Amino acid sequence: MLIDVHAHFLHAAGPRADWAERNASRLSAGRKIGITCHVASILGSWGRTSPTYLPSPADVTAGNDALLSLMREHGALIRGYACVNPNFTEHALAEIERCLAGGGGMIGIKLAASRRADDPLLDPIGDSARRHRVPVLHHVWQHRRREWPGQEASDALELGALARRHPDVPFILAHIGGGGDWLHSLHAVRPLANVFVDLSGSGVDGGMLEACVDALGASRLLWGADITLDTGWAKLRYLERLLPADALEAVRWRNAAGVFPAGSFTAAPPDSPTGRKGGGR
Amino acid sequence: MRIDVNAFIGRYPFRRSPGGSPSGLLGTMDRAGTDQAWISNLSAVFWQDPTDGNAAVYQCAAAESRFRPVPAVHPGLPHWEEVLREARAREAPCVRCDPTHYGLDPSGAEMRALAAACGRLGLSVLMAVRLEDIRQRHPNDGAAELSPAAVRALVRADPRVRLIITHADRDFIEQVHFGSTPGEAARILWDIAWIWGPPEDHLELLLRTVGVERFAFGTGMPLRLPEASVAKLDLLDLGPGERERIEGGNVEGFLARGPAL
Repeated sequence: MLIDVHAHFLHAAGPRADWAERNASRLSAGRKIGITCHVASILGSWGRTSPTYLPSPADVTAGNDALLSLMREHGALIRGYACVNPNFTEHALAEIERCLAGGGGMIGIKLAASRRADDPLLDPIGDSARRHRVPVLHHVWQHRRREWPGQEASDALELGALARRHPDVPFILAHIGGGGDWLHSLHAVRPLANVFVDLSGSGVDGGMLEACVDALGASRLLWGADITLDTGWAKLRYLERLLPADALEAVRWRNAAGVFPAGSFTAAPPDSPTGRKGGGR
Repeated sequence: MRIDVNAFIGRYPFRRSPGGSPSGLLGTMDRAGTDQAWISNLSAVFWQDPTDGNAAVYQCAAAESRFRPVPAVHPGLPHWEEVLREARAREAPCVRCDPTHYGLDPSGAEMRALAAACGRLGLSVLMAVRLEDIRQRHPNDGAAELSPAAVRALVRADPRVRLIITHADRDFIEQVHFGSTPGEAARILWDIAWIWGPPEDHLELLLRTVGVERFAFGTGMPLRLPEASVAKLDLLDLGPGERERIEGGNVEGFLARGPAL
């Protein structure tokens, strides 16, 4: 099994004419890599009618609807995070109910960068995650030294503050390779047993994966790709050399199976040649 | 034959980056299935005189046949033409220059003089757009990234100059390629290290729009995992012979042209 805990899909209400091609490309590459399940989110309208990281309630709903539709179409291959904007508390909580409990079948909550992670406005979301026993995937800027345009980004210290207030909720620190000082993040979340790190992002820095294993152990690492499946596959190939078999299995899927609700993933992978051994010519 | 045109020995000053010794690099090459690596001195990129690191590069290449030396040249220093003559004498496939790290205007008089001299000698010039993601750079690492405008200016500076540009992304490549004449564009080779694969499929697109012949295999190892460049090729559906061209044929053809007259 191989679970991508950080996937995204596009949809017709977004700004891109090639949305269907990109979705098809993700699924096609996933088959080559051997991905069993894409755990995905859709961030509103991806900027078309409200900012990607600050989506309006209407766009949040439309994005979640598009993801629910993909889940129905693809069955066990696609699972979903309910994306919410915590600035609209009632709407956010209602979306979580609708997408998780209301027959939607989503298995997690996605917080992008609409409100700083340590803000009390995120507490109702944390409480809801605890009630539903689902993880929260939180977009993180690794060591945010300043404000960045288009988002109210959080870093690992701020996510850590939220995680401390909700010790029974698993939090997934997003894309350790997604830009910024990843070593800072690893130091920040090391003592927090309920914070897991996803390995996605375009960054493939030499030494980064060793640092992740050293800081957190394989048991708190989750494999993911985000918007670059090539770098995700590269890190997986490197881990095949770095880790013993049982630890590799943990990162590939077993840790994810423990973080998400029981029964979220089926054992049967989609038909695919995995080509998992690296260095293919 | 897989040739990595974008590899380093040495250390990065801003974070720990294992694997920069010659033996470490050979181990990484074995892991990635790389036959030959063109090596630059990573430490020396940041020195007052980056050419002071060339002796180590030549020494490593002399001791290991899988390495080819890429000496640095700083056209703002008095001895830069000697460095070029030595590079030619030692059969370096190209020279590297990192003008923004040297405090030079990337399209200024010194760089244009370098381009012209390399054109006369038939030496390609290798330049990196960046060494790591700008979002994660050390606060004291203030060197600007190379700009598409600078590359366009350099390739126009002399009709014989040839450039190998590493760590460029889709947008950068498109801005240079479609901002150049076909003749100018044919004198530039791009490495694939920083080009995204699926689902955005930037590499697949560029191979169609810019042409397979314009790309070379490169990784940025050991600062970056070479598995990324291998994986993005594995994820493509390439036609017969196309992968071999990207992995080595294109760069060998680029070099074989000799001095452009």
